[in-house]
Amino acid sequence: MNNTNIILVLVVLTNLKLLGSSRLGASIRVVAMQGVVLGLLPILAHTNELSVRFAVLAAGTIALKGIVFPWFLFRAVWEAEVTREVEPYVGYVTSLLAGVLILAVSFWMCERLPMPETLASSWLAPVAFFSIFAGLFLIVSRKRAVSQVLGFLVLENGVYAFGVGLAPHTSLLVEAGVLLDVFVAVFVMGITIFHINREFDHIETNRLNTLKD
Amino acid sequence: MKPESFIPLLLALMLSPLLPGVINRTKALFAGRRGPPLLQIYFDLWKLLHKGAVYSRTTTWIFRAGPMLGLAAVLTAAMLVPLGNFPALIAFPADFLLFAGLLGLMRFFTVLAALDTGSSFEGMGASREVFFSALAEPALLVALATLARQAGSYSLSTLLGQVAGGHWLHLGPVLALVMIALMIVLLAENARIPVDDPNTHLELTMIHEVMVLDHGGPDFAFIVYGAALKLWLLAALVVGMVVPATGAPGLDLALVMGGMFAVAVVVGVVESVMARLRLAMVPQLLVGAGALAAAAFLLGLK
Repeated sequence: MNNTNIILVLVVLTNLKLLGSSRLGASIRVVAMQGVVLGLLPILAHTNELSVRFAVLAAGTIALKGIVFPWFLFRAVWEAEVTREVEPYVGYVTSLLAGVLILAVSFWMCERLPMPETLASSWLAPVAFFSIFAGLFLIVSRKRAVSQVLGFLVLENGVYAFGVGLAPHTSLLVEAGVLLDVFVAVFVMGITIFHINREFDHIETNRLNTLKD
Repeated sequence: MKPESFIPLLLALMLSPLLPGVINRTKALFAGRRGPPLLQIYFDLWKLLHKGAVYSRTTTWIFRAGPMLGLAAVLTAAMLVPLGNFPALIAFPADFLLFAGLLGLMRFFTVLAALDTGSSFEGMGASREVFFSALAEPALLVALATLARQAGSYSLSTLLGQVAGGHWLHLGPVLALVMIALMIVLLAENARIPVDDPNTHLELTMIHEVMVLDHGGPDFAFIVYGAALKLWLLAALVVGMVVPATGAPGLDLALVMGGMFAVAVVVGVVESVMARLRLAMVPQLLVGAGALAAAAFLLGLK
């Protein structure tokens, strides 16, 4: 119970840090940390029934979210990005305040949603929703394509946290399938970023609107 | 009014100039210097009190009243803050609002006195001070409100003791967030390093120092003493959250004093290992502290 809460607080902190941080490299590192912390969640949330399944799930999550994705994104930054700044539409201070507002809304919403009894912690649902909304906010409020991939990863982390806390007995196949989906998504996004960059010398998505042939 | 409730006030009055001394010694240790004596601030105060004051002809009575009223405000605030297990001299529900208000009043008079000099240099410092404190104050209030809600009590004397008493076991993460927010507020309000550098005399970077440049003699002594008291009071809040009551007054006192000097050492270490933030980054740090406090408040609701 208490271990889960510490993990959830770390997830909240990493999300706030992401909303307020201006560097792409730092943001990638923070998302990697969030992935590793969430990878530990299945082990720590269900300590009474430690099994090989949870260990495999944790190892897979940590390997993908903590090592493979960050490596891939760092490569995309090195190869495709000219500057290392996030370049937001919404400023960092405003983003932080929006983050607090999103957290409040998540708590307010989860008060009203019927929640199953099996949740690992009373913070789990609000924090998962906070991750999902914060990920969406990152996607719409940042110009760089890499930041949008990061927002997508944060969103997925929220879904993952909710899934792990809600139904510990989902089959390994489903979890592995979700991880594979995310992997393919990040892979495709990385390649797309690279190709956009080769064609247009920049990957600012706001300028893609004005493309003409 | 119990006799032991005079202890926090007396200790604050007597020992607060020691805290800057400890900070300076810590910084000197990191830099490999011997550093000024621990009692340097006392020597400075003694020297300043025996000097005369010089007043510019452009200043009015506001300039002369500023340091006195500022010191009076922080002295009143000192009566509200408990020290560990020892209750404050005055305690009533919601006194933490008065505490924040008195700190605001102290700053208001310092700012007025700075503006009264008519120097654009001091006006710049006053503008920065007001801007940054406007961001630090919500963090302080939300952090204290979180503690008040967890303790179920609205008076500083009882809420700090109750939080330190047993809430750490089941609310550790929430209280840790509150404590980090309070530490950032302490650094910002006392013009310490990530926000302001107390050693610098470069006009572009100064905040607090620049506002008090035109004060001299006893007036400056009031300002130095008031700043030391403010540091002491905010440190007492942080220490009060952590140090539990043991029952033995002697042991309590030793623990609390150890905690106060530990806070001073932490401030010194922060100043030694960190650079000052760019001015544009400071609002982000302070809003971040506010966000931490707000997150703690929300997490504490469940």
